[in-house]
Amino acid sequence: MGILSVQDVNKSFGGLKALSHVNLDVEEGTVHAIIGPNGAGKSTLLNCFVGRLEPDSGSVTFADRSLLGIRPYEINQIGIARVFQTPEIFADLTLIDNVMIPAFAKRDGDFKVNMWRSVANEKGVRGKAMAMLEDVGLDKKAEQIAGQLSRGDKRRLELAMCLVQEPKLLLLDEPTAGMARADTNNTIDLLKLISKRGITMVVIEHDMHVVFSLADRISVLAQGTVIVEDVPEKIKGNPKVQEAYLGGAHL
Amino acid sequence: MVETFKKYSDAILMLVFIAAVLAGPVILEPVGAGYPDLLQKFAIYGIFALGFNILLGLTGYLSFGHAAFLGVGSYTTVWAFKLLSMNPLPALVFSVLTAGLFSLLIGWISLRRTGIYFSILTLAFAQMCYNLAYSVLTPITNGETGLQLSQSDPRILDTAFGRDYGAVLPSSDLFGIEMTGYPGFYFCGVLLIICFYIALRIFRSPFGLMLQGVKSNQNRMNYTGLNTRPYALAAFVISGMYAGLAGGLLAVTDPLAGAERMQWTASGEVVLMTILGGAGTLLGPVIGAGVIKYAENIFSAFNEGTLLSAFSFLPETLQHIAVSVTGLFVGEGWHLTLGVLFMVIVIFLPGGLMEGVNRIINLFRRSTGGGGEGSAQAAPQPAE
Repeated sequence: MGILSVQDVNKSFGGLKALSHVNLDVEEGTVHAIIGPNGAGKSTLLNCFVGRLEPDSGSVTFADRSLLGIRPYEINQIGIARVFQTPEIFADLTLIDNVMIPAFAKRDGDFKVNMWRSVANEKGVRGKAMAMLEDVGLDKKAEQIAGQLSRGDKRRLELAMCLVQEPKLLLLDEPTAGMARADTNNTIDLLKLISKRGITMVVIEHDMHVVFSLADRISVLAQGTVIVEDVPEKIKGNPKVQEAYLGGAHL
Repeated sequence: MVETFKKYSDAILMLVFIAAVLAGPVILEPVGAGYPDLLQKFAIYGIFALGFNILLGLTGYLSFGHAAFLGVGSYTTVWAFKLLSMNPLPALVFSVLTAGLFSLLIGWISLRRTGIYFSILTLAFAQMCYNLAYSVLTPITNGETGLQLSQSDPRILDTAFGRDYGAVLPSSDLFGIEMTGYPGFYFCGVLLIICFYIALRIFRSPFGLMLQGVKSNQNRMNYTGLNTRPYALAAFVISGMYAGLAGGLLAVTDPLAGAERMQWTASGEVVLMTILGGAGTLLGPVIGAGVIKYAENIFSAFNEGTLLSAFSFLPETLQHIAVSVTGLFVGEGWHLTLGVLFMVIVIFLPGGLMEGVNRIINLFRRSTGGGGEGSAQAAPQPAE
C-alpha cells in the first residue's frame, strides 16, 4: 500500500455525484498525476485530501493515518503541503516573510506565542527561507511585497512556501495554469528537482505536456470515477482516455 | 551605514518615543496642550489605541466593543480602591487581569466569526455590558450615578498599613505621590512607554508575523499548518488587557467609573483613533489618540461667544450666518468636525496620518538624495 491511499471514496453535492467509488494509491517518492476533463471531480478529490471536504463514504489515509475528520492545519502538520490553482500567498507581506511563516509553522507547531524573540534574530529560520527563495529563483526579490509579483513568480513563491516545510507529500492543483511556455518549462524543471529530493507529489493538471514530462503514474478521472490508472506510455494510446476527453462531443 | 541604521532603528525609535513622552509637557506647550489633565488623556488613550492596533492593525479584526474592556478596567480599579488600597499598582493589576478574563470570554465567542459578523458580535457584547452596568448590575456598578469612592470604604491594605485619609475623600496615590497633575501624567506616561515597548516587541516577533499572516490570508495560514483561532484570540486578549489598563488609569486619575464609558461611541472612538493615525503602524495609533483628544479639547471648548468675536469683522447678518454654520461644528457638535476630519483622512490618506508622514519623508529623500541609485529602487518599507 502506498503512502497516500484512497479507498472507495464517494461524494455527492445534492443530486450530483461528484465522486463515485474512487480508488487511488500513491507510492512514496513518485509523482502521481490526476487528469481528466473539466468537471471530472479532480479538485473535489484533492479537497478530500486536505480536510476541506469530507467524503460521504470511503477512506483516505496518509502513512496509515486517516485524513478524514481532521482540520487543514493538522493535515499540514503531519506533512502534507498544498499549492492552489490561484496562488494563495500573503499578498501584503514581503517574500521573505511569506516563506518564514511556514518555516516557523514547521518549527513551532500550529500555535505558539513567541512574543519576546525578534524575527531579525531568528537566523536559522531566515537562512532556510532565504535558501528556499534562492532555489526558486526569487532571492533577489526577497524584500519585495508579494502582491506585486507576476503570476508565475507568485506560483514559485507558493511552491517555496510549501517546500520550506519539507513536506512528505506535495499536492499541486494545476501548477502551470495560465503560464507562458517558458515559465511552464521552468516549473517542470523545478518540480523534477523537487521530486528527486524524494518528495511524493500528486499533481492535477490539464496540460498534457506537463503531465507526461513529470508523472510516474497517471489516473484518469471522468465523471467522478477513475477510468484508467497506468504509466504514462500506456495512457497515451488508451481508447478509454480518448473517449473521456472527446466523449459527449458528437462531431 | 544603512545596515547599521536598520539594525538600531528600533532602538532609535524607542529612544525618540521615550524622549517625546517625557518632554510632552514642553513639546505640547506651544499648541496649548501642555497641561496635565489633557496630557494624561493623551497617554491613557494612547495605551488604549496601541492595544487596539494589535487587534485591528496587526491581526485585521475590527472590534466595535473594546469600550467594554475600558469600562471593566475602570470599575475594577475603583473597586480595588474601595476594598484594598488607594495605591494604583494593585488596582491596575486587577484591572488588566479582569479585562483579560472578559476579553477571553467575549473573544472566544466572537472569534467564531470573521469580518462584519465578528464586528457585530463584539458590538452586541459591549452594548450588553453597558446595559448590564447601567441597570441590572447596579449593586456592583452603582448604575446611573456611577461607582464612587466613599469615606467609609474598608481599604483593607491601607488600614493594615495604618494609612488614614481622615475625613476627606481619598485620592489615589503611589506611595505618597498623588496621582493628579504632573505626577499623574508621568505615571501614565511611563506606562505608555512600557506598553509601547511591548507592542514593539510583538510587532517584531514571530508571533507578530503570524498575526500579520492571519490578517493577510487565513486560508493560506490554515494550509500552512497554523491554527488561526488561538492567534486571533491571543491578539484579542492582549488588546483587551491594554484597554483594561487604560480604563484603570482613567479611574486612577479621576476615581469614578460610569457606565457611559462602555457605550458604543467610546468603542467607535478608538477605531477612529487607530485608523486616523494609521492602523498597522506602531506610532500611528498613539498619534491618532493624541489628535482626537486634542481636537475634542479645542473644538468642544468653543461656544457662541467665542465664535461671535471670531467673526466680528463681518457685517452683522453675515456674522450671524457664519456663526450658526460654524456653530454646528464646535461645542456639543464637535463630533461633526471629527467626522469631516476622518473622511478627509480616509479618502486622501487611507494609511492614516503615518502615511502622510512617510510620504513627506519620501519626498524629502527624493529631493535630497537624488544621486543615490540605492534609494530610488529601495523596496517600499512597511510604515513604522
